Amino acid sequence: MRFSFAVLIAAAALAVLTPLPLAAHEGGSAAGLISGLLHPVTGLDHVLAMIAVGIWGAQLGAPAIWVLPVTFPMVMALGGMAGLLGLSLPGVEVGIGLSALLLGAMVAMERRPDLRAAAVLVGFFAVFHGYAHGAELPDGQSGLLYSIGFVVSTGLLHGAGIGIGEVRRLPWGGTALRGVGGLIALAGIRFTWSALVG
Amino acid sequence: MIPLRIPAHLVSTGLGPLFDGVGHVVVTPEDLLPILALSLLAGLGGRAYGRRVLFTLPVAWFFGGLVGMETGWALPFAVTALSFLILGGLVAADRPFDERVGSGLAIALGLVHGMMSGVEMREAGLGLTGLFGTIGTLFVIVSLVSGMVVSLKREWTRIAVRVAGSWIVAIGLLYMGWTLSGR
Repeated sequence: MRFSFAVLIAAAALAVLTPLPLAAHEGGSAAGLISGLLHPVTGLDHVLAMIAVGIWGAQLGAPAIWVLPVTFPMVMALGGMAGLLGLSLPGVEVGIGLSALLLGAMVAMERRPDLRAAAVLVGFFAVFHGYAHGAELPDGQSGLLYSIGFVVSTGLLHGAGIGIGEVRRLPWGGTALRGVGGLIALAGIRFTWSALVG
Repeated sequence: MIPLRIPAHLVSTGLGPLFDGVGHVVVTPEDLLPILALSLLAGLGGRAYGRRVLFTLPVAWFFGGLVGMETGWALPFAVTALSFLILGGLVAADRPFDERVGSGLAIALGLVHGMMSGVEMREAGLGLTGLFGTIGTLFVIVSLVSGMVVSLKREWTRIAVRVAGSWIVAIGLLYMGWTLSGR
């Protein structure tokens, strides 16, 4: 165990301290992968909603801790497919704002609904997130590499949320998580308001 | 202290196409992701299934590659997306399945993707040597990935494999949308 921890620390230090190459010419196929990786993390509304999914999953425990992050990318991809095909979906930005509001509220109130209800709620909002990403995909890049980057980035955001959610094991963790959920819900109100007012 | 020969120019060794074939799988995500999905599935299915896939996939790929090289018939890209959906979905579900179905999946993947791979090798002029390089890589990938999954003991590690399956399904859906939209 000690060896594993040491390896983990060494790997983290290596990742942080290693200078990155100056990828001045990131054209070609790699551009699709990089765009896909960056796309989900460039919008705060998306980031907060994904992290809320992870935190809520951690609060609910098994099996929700993995059912929710498994549900989200698959349903999100369906929404993305609809966006790519140019199908119409009204109220996308409002849906995204509401997702941060409601998922944040679930974390803040530490609500424990039936697993299916939680999965349906997460899946419902995933459609809006996926649609927005699908409709905004840039032309002229490798679709497959973009999709890989996009899905991996989304999954890592969920992982970050689960990691944050694990502070629930600490004595003050539950209160801290509820506070984080409240902040996400407040941000969701702001996003929804902006979407409605324009 | 003994200086080694540096065969920088593989043309002179005749092994260039072999290394091109080795690299072909690694730099072709359309092939690599379904292979990874099948390897994960083989690992989840246990040692016996893992061993069977280890040999059936490369053999089927070889015959598919021969057909592709001879005929040059290019299959639509939607077929690739279907491989993502079926194999990724089975990994995400992690349900027991019939042995014949499992072997059939490995053979189908090998024949279909091997054929597509063979068409590309025909265009690149790699020939049989390139195909041998590719199936060698397949053997290595399947043995490493399925062996790793078979060795997983803790429950959360198996769940992580299932999450990877769901990611492959999601990538397949997006890829299908991208293909169908004609971008």
